[in-house]
Amino acid sequence: MSLGSIPPKYKVTIDREQCMDCGRCIENCSYGTFRREGDKILIQSRKCTGCLRCVSMCPRDAISLTENPVDYRSHPLWTREAREDIIKQARSGKIILAGMGNASNLPSIFDRLLLDACQVTNPSIDPLREPMELRTYIGKKPSKLEFKKTEAGDVELATKLAPNLKLETPIMIGHMSYGAISLNAHLSMAKAAKETGTFMGTGEGGLHRELYPYQGNMIVQVASGRFGVNVDYLERGAAIEIKIGQGAKPGIGGHLPGEKVSAEVSRTRMIPLGSDAISPAPHHDIYSIEDLVQLVRSLKEATEWKKPVFVKIAAVHNVAAIAAGIARSSADAVVIDGSRGGTGAAPKVFRDHVGIPIEGAIASVDQKLREQGTRNEVSVIASGGIRNSADLAKSIALGADAVYIGTAALISMGCRVCGNCYRGLCPWGIATQRQDLVDRLDPEQGARQVSNLIHAWTLELSELMGAAGINSIESMRGNRDRLRGYMLDEGILEVLDVKNAGA
Amino acid sequence: MCGIIGFIDKTKSPMDGSKIKAALSLMNERGSGDGAGYVAYGIYPDYADCYALHVFFDNMVEPKTKVDEILHRWGTVVHQEEIPTVEQPGLKRVHTPWRYFFKPFDDMIGGKVGSEKDIIKHIVMEVNASIDGALVFSSGKNMGVFKASGWPEEVADFYRIEDYEGYIWLAHNRYPTNSPGWWGGAHPFNLLDWSVVHNGEITSYGTNQRYVEGYGYKCTLLTDTEVVAYLFDLLGRQHELPTKTVVKALAPPFWDEIDRMPPAEEELHRAIRLTYGSALMNGPFAIVVASNEGIVGFTDRIKLRPLVVGENGDKLYISSEESAIRVLDPEVKNIRTPRAGEPIIGRFNA
Repeated sequence: MSLGSIPPKYKVTIDREQCMDCGRCIENCSYGTFRREGDKILIQSRKCTGCLRCVSMCPRDAISLTENPVDYRSHPLWTREAREDIIKQARSGKIILAGMGNASNLPSIFDRLLLDACQVTNPSIDPLREPMELRTYIGKKPSKLEFKKTEAGDVELATKLAPNLKLETPIMIGHMSYGAISLNAHLSMAKAAKETGTFMGTGEGGLHRELYPYQGNMIVQVASGRFGVNVDYLERGAAIEIKIGQGAKPGIGGHLPGEKVSAEVSRTRMIPLGSDAISPAPHHDIYSIEDLVQLVRSLKEATEWKKPVFVKIAAVHNVAAIAAGIARSSADAVVIDGSRGGTGAAPKVFRDHVGIPIEGAIASVDQKLREQGTRNEVSVIASGGIRNSADLAKSIALGADAVYIGTAALISMGCRVCGNCYRGLCPWGIATQRQDLVDRLDPEQGARQVSNLIHAWTLELSELMGAAGINSIESMRGNRDRLRGYMLDEGILEVLDVKNAGA
Repeated sequence: MCGIIGFIDKTKSPMDGSKIKAALSLMNERGSGDGAGYVAYGIYPDYADCYALHVFFDNMVEPKTKVDEILHRWGTVVHQEEIPTVEQPGLKRVHTPWRYFFKPFDDMIGGKVGSEKDIIKHIVMEVNASIDGALVFSSGKNMGVFKASGWPEEVADFYRIEDYEGYIWLAHNRYPTNSPGWWGGAHPFNLLDWSVVHNGEITSYGTNQRYVEGYGYKCTLLTDTEVVAYLFDLLGRQHELPTKTVVKALAPPFWDEIDRMPPAEEELHRAIRLTYGSALMNGPFAIVVASNEGIVGFTDRIKLRPLVVGENGDKLYISSEESAIRVLDPEVKNIRTPRAGEPIIGRFNA
């Protein structure tokens, strides 16, 4: 007996009084929600993903989109989603795929952390009139400085600094591969990174030649599939990142469906046209920290020790111990990707149920590195669900040197978080390789929007720091005294090492 | 608020404590009667090779027994006594100030304990973090801190400050705004030879605290200034940075200034910020730090607290107020206000 179809999630309607029958909704919806039959535009709500492209492009504001009323008997445990997932799997026998970040209804720790400000005895600093320093260097630092005496008897610096990335703002753009997202999306972010004095990750998709002009602001990635990796690629990056894991899907590899492997993607990734690009769950040459050390040093050797090497891991329960190992592996920075990290495609069960929130992960990594005396020597980059400048400031106060943003950058280019990236039909021209859709994103306009976002957050961070009487990012980093927990339980407060509101 | 004053005679000619008391008392509107303190260097010539450990005891039984046990484990108590005090009508006596003259055993040095100063640091941290009712508030050689909750005159009279003669003096009149007014929270804060008086608040305290705690320092005194003494001990003693470099780590130039420096200087200042970013201090502050080598005064990077310097021959004065310096020395010359972050260093003549 057939299971039948599940009720549509969204209900799309057109106000026929307003509609002028221009057909832009048909042109804009890559999922085929609208079609013309005779002189009428028909709607198939079942196909709608809630990407809001049609609503945004309708010249008459004639389209309405609502979540469809629940048709199931309400039940606190057997939710609509639980039942629909079962129905889908009963039908397909397959893993359910999902895009974007964790969509489960867990409370955000960030939202229950409050920042501090000065009053009276301790003047706040006005960033409009006083210098405010957000410059951040990412990379290896010496634990102490050594000096030597010259023959003339002068004292001079004996310590030589390792190569570091100079960021004018502690906001970087995280790794999203060419293939998962479009070239125009990459170009937008690369231009924005250059303009704002920061860096973006290439993801594991190689580096398209159109991005070469921005290579000084790019961090190249070595993931388990090694797609697009050769010495030319490594040398083009300002830094190299080894991806061990990703917050949206800790413990598993990556999968770019063959449909997204266009000629350009194929050339850039160095894989056959139209073939699935499957990154293994582990790197098959890394089964221990010792193996990781070898890869870190091999990459440094290949680039003549001129580039910082980062190692990215997903936030999991023993993240602190792993990060401590990475810190001792010659890596220059450890990237921690929290459980709210985004993804082009992940098994839904991973996206929503594996890993730990970034807030707890940064706090425990920072603490462990301090206990081991290595915190100062290695940079910590936090990512995974950074939504605004407050999340950014709180991440730094918990111990991060800088953050990676991913979904936020996509939203600044138009993404409406519909979560269907894995289908390759992104109507906003972001998570797609279909040329007509890619063309919808103008890289100049996209760059302006991404750089506006970074600029705006940087201004807000300056204001937050100034309010706390702090004029350099160094004094914000790990400054948990400037945070208070509100309605967080004792256990979380202990992990965060943050006092309660009022204390 | 808070009033600070520092004095050094570069020829090591001693000065008794009466003038410093008068100078500090002049700044009483910078205090609230919740804390005052003094430190003098050169006051224990008879025990110059011993560490003078000043300890507040809540009672002379349990806490003192525990402190004695620790001291006997690590070295020899050459002499000990109650610090002479005179009861004051307005000063509530809540602790008994005691002093030990202590020599660590040579054979305890090894492994992580690289010097006898490491032993003293360890003892101070252990006592202050783990023994209820005991607090080591001074631990250097041939110097001593005297502090309590009260007005400057009361605290000076309580300890008979005028009976001590020192060639460096620091003094502090406290107006606590972000921490309790208690004896341990009064300034100067001290570890080994480092003594610190401070006017202001350190907004980077959380960062600085976590940084020094990574090196075995334990912040137990409920006040942000404590961390300054530990930063000087870490950077100045353990990392052997010159005093000027320590100040450049704690109150560095801004990046746009660093960017404009000649290459070697730029590299040095960039290296300092990259290496010691967690030691950088933010917030409003004017600080004077003393050691057995001299004194150094400096303010925060945008100078949110006042600091005045004056000289007279071999004497150097640093204070919150010019008037306080003039009480110490009416003939003072070269009165000036240093630039933000500029280290004012007074060293003994060679």
